[in-house]
Formats: sequence, C-alpha cells, structure tokens
Amino acid sequence: MTPVAYYLALSAVLFVLGILGVLLRRNALVIFMSLELMFNASNLAFVTFARMFGGVTGQIIVFFVMTVAAAEVAIGLALMVVIFRQRHSIDMDELNSMKG
Amino acid sequence: MPGLPVVFFIMAAVAIGTAVGMLVSRNTIYSALFLVLNFATIAVLYLILGAPFIALTQITVYAGSIMVLFLFVIMLLGVERLPHSRSLPWQPIVAVPLVVILVAVLSVNFFGRAGALDNIAEVTPAFGTPALIGETLFSQYILPFETTALILLVAVIGSILLAKSEKPSPGQAVRRLNASVPSVAGAVSSSSKEVPAAEQEKAVGK
Repeated sequence: MTPVAYYLALSAVLFVLGILGVLLRRNALVIFMSLELMFNASNLAFVTFARMFGGVTGQIIVFFVMTVAAAEVAIGLALMVVIFRQRHSIDMDELNSMKG
Repeated sequence: MPGLPVVFFIMAAVAIGTAVGMLVSRNTIYSALFLVLNFATIAVLYLILGAPFIALTQITVYAGSIMVLFLFVIMLLGVERLPHSRSLPWQPIVAVPLVVILVAVLSVNFFGRAGALDNIAEVTPAFGTPALIGETLFSQYILPFETTALILLVAVIGSILLAKSEKPSPGQAVRRLNASVPSVAGAVSSSSKEVPAAEQEKAVGK
C-alpha cells in the first residue's frame, strides 16, 4: 500500500464512524457532530487527492466545504434551540409530530 | 512522498480513538471535546499533506468557531441534565447491516483500485500556501467564492430569525427583564407573579 492509500483508508474509517453515529445515536447534537466528522473525512480525502495530483483545486473545495459547513451549523443549531424551547427534548425519536 | 509514517500512524490512532470516544460518550460535552481533538489531529495530517492554509483554517473555523458554537448550545440547552431516553431495540438491527454494506462497498473499491494510487506528484514548497490558494480563489473560483458570501449571509439572517423568541414590544421587554430575575427559564411567566412588588421595584431600579 502506498502512503496515499493510508490516508484514504483513514478517511473511509472516519466516514463510517460518522455514519454509525448518525444511525445509532438519537441525541440530535451528537448526530450533528457525526455529520461534522463525515465532512472532515471527505475533506481529508480531498486534500489527499490534491497532494497526489499536485493541484490546488482539492484544497479550494475543502475551503468551500468548510464555509458551507459553518453556515449549516449556524442554521442547524438555531433550529435545535427552537425545537428544544418548544418540546424540552432534542431526542430525534420524539420529534414525530408530523407522523400520520 | 506525503508524510512521515510514524506521525501519520500516531495521528490516525488518535483520530479514530477520539471519533469512537465521541460516539460512545454519554455526556454531550465530552463528545464535543473529543471532536475538537479529532479536528486538531486532522489538521496535523493536512500539514503533512502540504496544505498549511487548510490546516490553519481547520483549526480556526472548525475547532475554533464551530465547536465553540456547539459548546454554547450544549450549555444553553442544559442537555447533559436531561434524562436518558429508552433505547430503541430495532435501531442497531437496522443500522449495523447498512454499515456492513457500506464497509463492503468501500473495501471493494479501495482494494480493487489501490494500484492506481502509486503515482504521487512532485510539488514545489509553494504548494498549498495562502498566496497560491488566494490567487486561485480570487481568479478561477471567484463566482463560487461570492456565492459562499451569500450563503453565509443567509445563514446569519436565518439563524437570527429562527432563534429569536417572539417580537417583544418595549413594554414586554421590560417585563421580561423583571421576570428573568428568578432566572428559571421554564417558569418565567408564572414566577413573575410570585415575586413581591417591592422586589420587582428593586429589579427595575437595577
């Protein structure tokens, strides 16, 4: 295995751990953090490929992913504060008021 | 040749360990702190991969502002004091096979194509510096860059609109100020009646 493969393997492991967090945990904040972990895993793959091909475009994409993630976190945490204010819980299983 | 193997393996072990710690930790604050450590180790890997600008952006934006926002919200909501909910028995039964499928697909792709990863480009020391990133960002990617500015503006306006509780008229604002003296968030309206009039006067004076 080449060094690039090590980095990609680490990225894949972190991504799978993030998926596990989204699927297994029900605390909305932990689910959100798992999403951030998955963003990071994909960013690591982008930077690895940027280094492998010697181009800077991969790093530019990581920059954009980071800014969009920041916007997403701001909106998501605001939503979470509103939900918590109304229901006093951020357990995903209890947010079922649209269930038919 | 990207990376000293020893540093890489230490950082990879720490990154995986902190990710697992974030997942299994029952205290949300510990989860957030584990994630901060994870982001820091990934930033070291970015440095090894010749991306100093991205590494420092990772530290300041992710570990700095995003995780601080998380910690603020965790402490604001007092999540760690909530009772733990009962677990859903079918949740792991559904989740684990899905993850196994994902791991299988990833491994097939990874080991099937690992031979294509041998060609690593030679780069100059200027690779990934802020000057080069900035030049590319402001010439080739100027339109996405401006779009990002718009996205951030929408996010700021949206989060302010969402998190704003209600439209307080000036009189209401003063009453809310009075009522928050007992500082029990849930019992604001009911407890304000129980505060004696003299104490309310004092609160207004302050």
